[in-house]
This record gives sequence, structure tokens and C-alpha cells, in this order.
Amino acid sequence: MGEVPISWYLTLSAILFVLGVAGFVFRRSIITVFMSIELMLNAVNLSFIAFSYQHQQVNGHLFAFFVMVVAAAEAAVGLAIILTVFKNRQTLNIDDISSMKD
Amino acid sequence: MDVILFLLFAIIAVVCAINVVVQTHPISSALSLVGVMGSLAVLYLLLGAEFIAAAQLIVYAGAIMVLFIFVIMLLNAGAEGKRGRSFMASLLGVPLLVALLGLLAYFVQRVFPTARVHFGGFKGGSPRDVGLALFTTYLLPFEITSLLILIAIIGAVVLARKEMD
Repeated sequence: MGEVPISWYLTLSAILFVLGVAGFVFRRSIITVFMSIELMLNAVNLSFIAFSYQHQQVNGHLFAFFVMVVAAAEAAVGLAIILTVFKNRQTLNIDDISSMKD
Repeated sequence: MDVILFLLFAIIAVVCAINVVVQTHPISSALSLVGVMGSLAVLYLLLGAEFIAAAQLIVYAGAIMVLFIFVIMLLNAGAEGKRGRSFMASLLGVPLLVALLGLLAYFVQRVFPTARVHFGGFKGGSPRDVGLALFTTYLLPFEITSLLILIAIIGAVVLARKEMD
């Protein structure tokens, strides 16, 4: 049975998090930006599970569980906000939704 | 065997995550995100988190992504346009992101140089153990979570309801 260093799991988590940040910063579609946030939350969950293994405790699983619950609530509210924005502006491009900046 | 499974699903996860970022059509991004979540569920199983792996598949890949795809269909979202991409953003952003990744990877290697994972090394992730911790140590956060979901449901209904004439 081979063994995987735990730093590989954490490095994978870092790679996924950085890709999520890249999507958040570079993408223009509001839905894809929202999906990048979910990707970042997933990356952090992987860290929690890996640390839970490292310390042989179940607490990290509970944190990951709560992150999932908060992500579900966030997705429901966020997608409702996207629907409302689209109803009022007829656009999904975040560059066109800048009335708070002006 | 562990190494092969880890590398296989890690590569699937990274390729799908890159696909999420580079695809221009939201539906392609959403389906790639399902791939990321599925391979992460397998990695959770390798780390001994059986309950979280099941919850990941049911809640994330099942519920949340269906919600996303439903909204994409509802809004008839097409491919995003090329305009508005600032040259300066990629010029500064990409090196900064690579630097962030390098720093994270460096500290991870520094802090955990020897710790290793093998399948079956942690047996505390079954639904029984998670439920036991959830209803004893974490009872108050669990109850507050139900309140949070209630607020989220009411907020979603209020935000997305049809305007009354």
C-alpha cells in the first residue's frame, strides 16, 4: 500500500484555490464568477478534511459540513440576486453592473 | 494504489478546474465544476471522510449545481464577450497568482514535511462519528444553521418573486 504525503493534498487544495481566485478576477460573466467562489470553498474543504486526517479528529469534517451548508444558502440567495439583476438590467456582464461605483 | 488513485483524481480535478476558468460558455464551466466536485468526493473517501464524501456528491454535485444549471437555462446565458478584458489585469494578476500558489506550496512543504496519508488510516469519519459530534459538541452551531437556511429561503423567495402589479 503506497502512501501519499499530506502536503500533496494541501498543494492540490492551494492549486484549486488559486484557480478559483483566477476565475473570480478574470471572468466577466457573473454566473462564472459565482462558480469560482464555489470552487474556492471546495478547495478550503479539502484542506479541512486533510487537516482532520492529520490530527486524527472529526472536527475538520464538521467544519467542512458547515461550509457546505453555508455554500448552499449562499447559492440560493446569490442566484436569486442574479435573477433580479438580470430582470432589471438585461445583462450578465459584471462590467455593466457598476452603478455603485459611479 | 493510493498514489495512483490520488494522482488520477487530482489531475482530473485540476484539469476540470482549469476548464472552469477558461471556458467561455457558463454551461461548460458548470459541467466542469461537477467534475471537480466528483473527484474531490473520491479524495475525501481516500482521507477517510465517508459522510462528507456522500454529502459532497448530494449537496454540491446534486443540489447546488442543478440550481446553477437551472439559472443558466432560465436566463439563457450565452458565451461571454471578449471585450472588457484589461491587459494590465493579466499582466499583474497572473504573476501574483503564481506567486501566491508558490508561497502556499512552499509553506505546506515546510510545515508538513513527513506526514503521510494511507487509505484506512483514519476511521473517525463515518456518519455515526460525525453525527455524534454534530449533536453534542456542535449542537448550537447546528441549530443556528437551520435558522440561516430559513433566512436564506425567505431571502431567495423575496428576491426572486414576481412583481405584483
